[in-house]
Amino acid sequence: MECIEDKYGIKRYLIQIVVNGDDRALLVTANTLLVNVLRERLDLTGTKKGCELGNCGSCTVLLDGKPVDSCLVLAVEADGCEITTIEGVAQSEELDRLQNSFVENAAIQCGYCTPGMILSAKALLTRNPAPKEQEVRQAIAGNLCRCTGYVNIVKAVMAAAATTEQEKRGVA
Amino acid sequence: MKDDYAVIGKSVPKIDGRAKATGQARYTGDLKFPNMLVGKILTSPHAHARILHIDTSEAEKLSGVKAIITHKDVPSKKYGISPARWDENIFCIDKVRFVGDKVAAVAAIDEETVYKALKLIKVEYEVLPAVFDPVEALTENAPLIHEEFPGNINAEIHQEFGNVEEAFSRSFHVRTDTYIGQRTYQSPIEPHAAISMWDGGKLTVYASTQSPHYFQYYLAREFELPMGDVRVLKTFVGGGFGGKMEPTGLEFGGAVLARITGRPVKMFYDRAEMFAHNRGRHRQIMELTTGVDREGKILGSYANFIMDGGAYTSLGIASAYYAGALLTLTYDFDNYKFDMIRVYTNLPACGAQRGHGAPQPKYAYECHLDNIARDLRLDPAEIRLINARKPNTVTPNSFRINSCELSACIDKAKKISGWNEKRGKLPGGKGIGIAVGSFVSGAGYPIYRTDLPHAAAIIKVHEDGSAATLYTGATDIGQGSDTVLCQMAAEAMGIKYEQMKIVSADTETTPHDFGAYASRQTLMSGSAVKEAGEMVKEQVLEMAGKMLEVSPSELDCKEAVVFLKSDPGISIPFSNVARKLFVDKGPLVGRGAYTPPKLGGSFKGAAVGTSPAYSFATQISEVEVDKETGEIRVKEVWDVHDCGKVINPALLHAQVHGALFMGMGEAIWEEVRFDKNGKIINPNLSDYRLPTALDMPRVTSELVESYDIAGPWGVKEVGEGATIPTMGCFANAILDAAGVSVNSLPLSYEKVWQALREKEAGEKQTRKPIEHEGYPGEPAAYEME
Repeated sequence: MECIEDKYGIKRYLIQIVVNGDDRALLVTANTLLVNVLRERLDLTGTKKGCELGNCGSCTVLLDGKPVDSCLVLAVEADGCEITTIEGVAQSEELDRLQNSFVENAAIQCGYCTPGMILSAKALLTRNPAPKEQEVRQAIAGNLCRCTGYVNIVKAVMAAAATTEQEKRGVA
Repeated sequence: MKDDYAVIGKSVPKIDGRAKATGQARYTGDLKFPNMLVGKILTSPHAHARILHIDTSEAEKLSGVKAIITHKDVPSKKYGISPARWDENIFCIDKVRFVGDKVAAVAAIDEETVYKALKLIKVEYEVLPAVFDPVEALTENAPLIHEEFPGNINAEIHQEFGNVEEAFSRSFHVRTDTYIGQRTYQSPIEPHAAISMWDGGKLTVYASTQSPHYFQYYLAREFELPMGDVRVLKTFVGGGFGGKMEPTGLEFGGAVLARITGRPVKMFYDRAEMFAHNRGRHRQIMELTTGVDREGKILGSYANFIMDGGAYTSLGIASAYYAGALLTLTYDFDNYKFDMIRVYTNLPACGAQRGHGAPQPKYAYECHLDNIARDLRLDPAEIRLINARKPNTVTPNSFRINSCELSACIDKAKKISGWNEKRGKLPGGKGIGIAVGSFVSGAGYPIYRTDLPHAAAIIKVHEDGSAATLYTGATDIGQGSDTVLCQMAAEAMGIKYEQMKIVSADTETTPHDFGAYASRQTLMSGSAVKEAGEMVKEQVLEMAGKMLEVSPSELDCKEAVVFLKSDPGISIPFSNVARKLFVDKGPLVGRGAYTPPKLGGSFKGAAVGTSPAYSFATQISEVEVDKETGEIRVKEVWDVHDCGKVINPALLHAQVHGALFMGMGEAIWEEVRFDKNGKIINPNLSDYRLPTALDMPRVTSELVESYDIAGPWGVKEVGEGATIPTMGCFANAILDAAGVSVNSLPLSYEKVWQALREKEAGEKQTRKPIEHEGYPGEPAAYEME
C-alpha cells in the first residue's frame, strides 16, 4: 500500500475501495476506521454510529458481501474490497424489496438501526433466500433496536423473503 | 358502530419510512456545516470532589484547538428541567457531584484533536467522601451533596386521601411487602448530539431532542435572550424514551464555544458518556401495605417509597410524584396514603424513562396484589376484576377518569392467553402471570408554569390545492407522530394522506408545542391539528358552496373531493376550490390550539398525574424457569389495550411491542451498575444487556373498543402505558412457574437461582415440605416463618 508521511511523521496510506459500485481512492491514517471514512469522507451518513464498540450494529455495511460492523474495521483493512452501504441497496428510485418490506410492515420507528438492520437482513437473504424465523432472529441478533422489540422487523424480513420466493416460483 | 373515516384508523405507511429505509434521513450527528468545529465536554473522574484548580494552558497550545471553556466562560445561572429545583450549572463551579459531572469543554478542528486536548486539561481535585445509597445518604453523618439541601433530601412528599389506618382496621387481611427497583437507562441507539451556531445575536441549535420547546426556553433563559432569538430544530431523532427531554449540556457548551469561535460547533456524547449523563429510571425502594375485605376488595393502600435521585433533580420531582400518584388509577379504592423521599446521592441524576416514575411502583403493586390473592386463595385475574376501575369515576387523588375498559381488557387477555386452562395447570417450571396498568395521555400541566396552549398547529394548503403542509411543534422521535398527525390533518380537511407534507419541531417555523413526553401528542397535538384541519375544511366548503351554488351545510369533503351530501355525483375537486380560494383571498391556512381543561385537586402536588384521559392495559405472560440454573425464558406475552380510537393500528401495535420489549429488558437483564467509587462498570451495550432479537418472545397485541370524550376522535395514549404492567406480569409468572418471589429488579437468573436455593433450604428445615402447586394451593415458600 502506498504511503506518504506528513511533517509530524504521521503516515497516510492510499486505499482503493469500491463503495456502492464507485471506485474511491483515499488517504487514511493507520487508525482510521472504515465507519469514519464512509461518514466523514464520503458523506455516506446512512451508516450510523451508536457505540463504536461493535455492540449495536448500527454501522453494519457489507464488506465483500459479508455484514461487518464498520466501526471495528480499519480503513486500511478494507483496501481492495467492495463495500455496500444503505445508500447502495436500492439501485434506483425504486426501493429494494427489503426496504419496501420494512416500510410496509411498520418495521421502522426511529430508524437509527434500520440501515444496519437492512444490511444484515440483506446478507442473510443472499445466502439463505428462504430463512426460518429463528434464522432471521439469529442474523439480526447483532443489530440492536430499542424501538420495535424486533417484532415487525422479523415480520418484514420474512415477508421480503416470501415475495422473493414467490417471484422465483412465478418465473419458473 | 361503524366508523366512516377515510384516513384515520388505517395503517398507512410512515411518512418518513422511505427516508429512513434508504439512509437519506439525517440525524443531528449526520449534519455538516461549513467551517464546523467538533466539541466535547470534560467530565469528572470523581464522585464527589472539590475543584481546586483548572489548568487549560497545555491544551490551548495544541494545534487545532480553537476554544476551551470552564465555568468562568459560561453563565453561572443554575438550571434544571424542573423549575421546582434548579440545581445544575453548565459547568461545575466549586465541586463535582458524580463521576461524569461536567467541568470544561473543548472545540477543535476534528474529533482526534478534541480527545487529545481533553487529556491535556489538568484539573486538581480534593476528593470528598461520597455516598451512593439513598438510605445511607439520609443518615446523620452522610456527606452533604448540595449545601442548600440538608440531609440530602431533594424532595419529600406526604399525601393522604381518606383514612388508611381506619381502612386497615376494618380489613379482613392486611399485608406489607417491600420491593426494590434498579437504575436503568433509556439507551436510545442514537447518541445525544447538538450543533450550535450564531448569526449575530441569534442562536440556532440543531439537537437530538424530544422537546425543542424546553431546549429553547432554557437556552433563552441561560443566555438572557428573547425566545425569538433562539431557534431549536429537531432533526430525525434516533429514539428518546425520556432521555432526550432536557438540556444535556451539549447545547449550552456548544453555544458558548460557537460564540467564542464564530463557527458552528458539533457536540456529542459517546455511549459511555450517555450512560454517565443518564437521566434514566430511578432506583426506588418501595414498601406497600394494603388492606382488603374477605372478597379481596381493596379498602386502602399505603405506599412508602424512597427514591435514589442521583446528584441532581432532573425531572425527578415529577418522577417522585408520579411514582405514587399513578398507583390509584387501575383499582378503585377510597383510602390512599403516599410517602416519598427523593434523595441526592453521588451518582448520575435520574429522570424520566418510558412510563416515568410509574413502572417500578406498578411492578411492586402488581406483585403485592398477587401475594394478597394467594393469601386469600383467589385467582389473580379475579382479584383484579373485583377491583378494576370503572369508567366515569374519580380516583382518591382527584384524577377524573372518563373512558376505562380495564375489565374488558382483563377478560379479553384471559381469553386470548388461555388463562383459565393454563393457570395452575402448566407443567413444572412453566408459569403464567398477569398485571395491569394505566397511563396519562399527556400531562395536565406543563413542566414550567405558563399559560401557553399545550399544542398548536398550522396547516397551509399549497396554492394549486394539490397538497397541504402541516406545521406542528410536535416531535417525532420515532414513535410516528408525524404520520398520525398527517392522518388527522387529512381526515379533518377531507383530503388524502398522500397529499400531506409536514414540517415539525422547529421553533422558528412551527407553532409552539411542548414536545414528546407523557404520551401527549396524539391527544394534545392531535386536537390542535384537528382544529386546524377543520378550519381549512370550513373555508373550502364555503367557497365550494359558492362555486356549486348550494349552501355549504349541504356539502362535505372526503378524499379531496367536495360533494353534495344528498347527491355525491355532484362534486368538485378539493384542489379546484383551494386554488380559487388562494387566487381570491391569498393563502389558505387553518390553525388550531389545544389547552387541557382545568384538572385535578388542590392539594400539594395535585397537578402531577392529571391528564385529559387515561389508557388502560392488561398483560399476561407465560414464562419458563430452569429450576437448576434460574434461567428465565419468556415464552409468550399477550397485551390488551384500551387506548381509545386508534389512528394507525400498525404503528399502535408497534408501540406496544417496543414498550413491552423495554419492560422485558428492565424486568430481567437491564441494570446500570457501579463500582465502589461510583463509576459505572457497564457503560456499554454489551455489559448493559439490552434484549436482542433472540430474546423477544411471541407477542400478541389486541385492543378493546373504546372512545374518550377528551381526545380528538376519541384517542388516548399507548406508547408508555404498555411498559407499566410488564415487570409485574413477568414477576408474577415467575412466581407461578417456580414458586419463588424475587422482590428486586431485575429478576435476574442469579436472583431466581438464589431464591430457588433458599426455598429448597427452607423446605428441608420445615417438617412438612411445601410444594407450590399453583392457585389455589399451599402457601409459597416466601410466606413461611
